[in-house]
Amino acid sequence: MEFLDHAFMQRALLAAVLVGVTAPAVGIHLVQRRQALMGDGIGHVAMTGVGLGFLMSANPVWVAGLVSIAGAVLMELIRMYGRTRGDIALALLFYGGMAGGVLLTSLSPDGSNANLVSYLFGSLATVSQEDVVAICVLAAFVLAVSLGLRRQLFAVSQDEEFARVTGLPVRALNLLVAVTAAVTVTVAMRVVGLLLVSALMVVPVAAAQQLTRSFRATFAVAVLIGTAVTLAGTVTTYYQDVPPGATIVLLAIAVFVVFTALAAPLARRRARTAGAATGAYDGVRPSPGTADDVKV
Amino acid sequence: MSSEPVISVRAATATLGSRPVLRGVDLAVRRGEVVALLGANGSGKSTAVRSVIGQVPLTGGTVSLFGTDLRRFRDWARVGYVPQRTTAASGVPATVREVVSSGRLSRTKLRRPSRADRAAVDRAIELVGLADRAKDSVWALSGGQHQRVLIARALASEPELLIMDEPMAGVDLASQEVLAATLREQVAAGTTVLLVLHELGPLEPLIDRAVVLRDGCVVHDGPPPEAVGQHALPGHDHVHPHAADEPLRTGLLT
Repeated sequence: MEFLDHAFMQRALLAAVLVGVTAPAVGIHLVQRRQALMGDGIGHVAMTGVGLGFLMSANPVWVAGLVSIAGAVLMELIRMYGRTRGDIALALLFYGGMAGGVLLTSLSPDGSNANLVSYLFGSLATVSQEDVVAICVLAAFVLAVSLGLRRQLFAVSQDEEFARVTGLPVRALNLLVAVTAAVTVTVAMRVVGLLLVSALMVVPVAAAQQLTRSFRATFAVAVLIGTAVTLAGTVTTYYQDVPPGATIVLLAIAVFVVFTALAAPLARRRARTAGAATGAYDGVRPSPGTADDVKV
Repeated sequence: MSSEPVISVRAATATLGSRPVLRGVDLAVRRGEVVALLGANGSGKSTAVRSVIGQVPLTGGTVSLFGTDLRRFRDWARVGYVPQRTTAASGVPATVREVVSSGRLSRTKLRRPSRADRAAVDRAIELVGLADRAKDSVWALSGGQHQRVLIARALASEPELLIMDEPMAGVDLASQEVLAATLREQVAAGTTVLLVLHELGPLEPLIDRAVVLRDGCVVHDGPPPEAVGQHALPGHDHVHPHAADEPLRTGLLT
C-alpha cells in the first residue's frame, strides 16, 4: 500500500473513485433510454472546451464543463424537436466538437496537441489539487441528481409519453439528464479521457444487467463495478507504465465478459425455481404471434 | 343530477404533418360511463384519445377534463393512461413493481413514496393478477403480461378516469380475461373509462356506448354495434357530412 504515500496518487485515487461512482450512475439513465452513445458525443464536444481552456489559459476542466453542457443541451433539443435529420445534426456536433478542439489547441500559446492527448485518454498523474476540487463539486451535483431523482428519471426514461401524462416536468428532466451527463464527462475526462468516458457510463451498466432483474440492483451493481475497475486500474498504473483510461475500460469489459458467461446458468436456475413455484412454465412460448412482444 | 362530463371534446381538429386526422370531433364522456372508440386503422381514434390527454396538439376546438380546460388541467393523478405499446420493457432491467410504481408519480411527484403509496402499488399489481411476478423482470413476461403491467401502472394512482389505447392488442386469451375482470371491478367502483378498441371482444358487456370514427369524423355515437368490422359498422349507413363526395378511405393511403 506504499502508493498511498504519494500525494499525486491520493488525488488520482480520489478522482478515480468519484468517476467510478458517477459515470455508471448517470449512464444507467442513458442506457435505459437507449442513448448509450450520448456520452461519447458529449466527449467529442468537450474537446472544443478543452481547446478553449488552453486558448484562454483557464482551467480546462471548467471550460470543458461549460462547453459540454451547451453541447448536451443542444443534442437534447435536437432530439426533442428535430424529426428526420436528427442524426445528421448530431454527427455535425460530434465532428465539429473534435475538430474545434484540435484547432483551438494548436492556436493556443501553451497548448500542444500532446497536451490535448492527456485529456483524450486521461492522465491521472497530472491531476492537480484544483482539478480534484472541481471534480468533487461536479460529482456531488451528479450524484444529487441521479440518486435524488432516480424514480422520476426512471419513469421518464422508461416511457416518456406516460411520464408526461403523470404531470412530471418531462422536458426539464430530459434537459437535466443531458446536463448531468455533460458534467459527468467533465468529471471523468482527467481519469479515463474524453474518448473513453462513454465506456465507463455504459459498460458497467451493461455488465450489471447480465445478472440483475431490477433497476435498483442494476444501479447498485453498476456503481460497484465502476468503483472497482477505476480503483484497480489506477493502482495498476502505479506499478505498470500503462495509460489509466485504457486499463480501466479493458477491466470493465473483462467484468462484462465474466458476467455474461455467468448469466446463462443463472437464468436457467431462475427459470427452474420459477417453474417449480408456478408448476406450469415449461419454457415454451404460449403463441408464436406474440413472440416479438416478449423481449426487446 | 346530470354532472359535468368527465371528458368533453368539442369540434376538435388535428393534423399529423399536413394530413388532417381529426376533422371536427365531438365527444362527451360522463362520470361512470364506459365508452369505446372504434374505427378502422387511420380513422383517427388513437389521435383522438391522445389529444384528450394533451399528447397531440389540436389545431382547433377544445378539450376539457373534469370541467377544466386541458391547458389549465394539472390534476393528472385523477387520470390513468395506458398508451398503445406492446412492451413495458426499456434498456435496463426493471421489475414489475418498479414499472408499476412509476404510475404513482402523479401523486408523489418529487417526494418519497409513503407507506400508502406502496400499498396502492401493491393493490394495482394484485388487481391485474401479477402479485406473484412483482419481483420478476418485465423482460421475462409474455406479451399479455406486459399489457397487464401497463394497466397496473395506470391504476397505481387510483384514477377516476381510465384512458386506454388498444389495451387488448397482442394479448393472449387468458390475459384478455384477466383484463376484462380488472376493468369490470374498476367500473363497478365508479371509474370512468374511455378506450380505443379494434374489436369489442371480451369487453363487450362492459361497454355503455360506442363512438365510431371514420376519416377523422364521428359517424356513430350510441349503443355498441352488433358486429364489428369495416362493413358491419352502423356508420356505414350514415351520410358522412365531410367525406360525402370524396372517395372512401381518403387520407388512409397518404
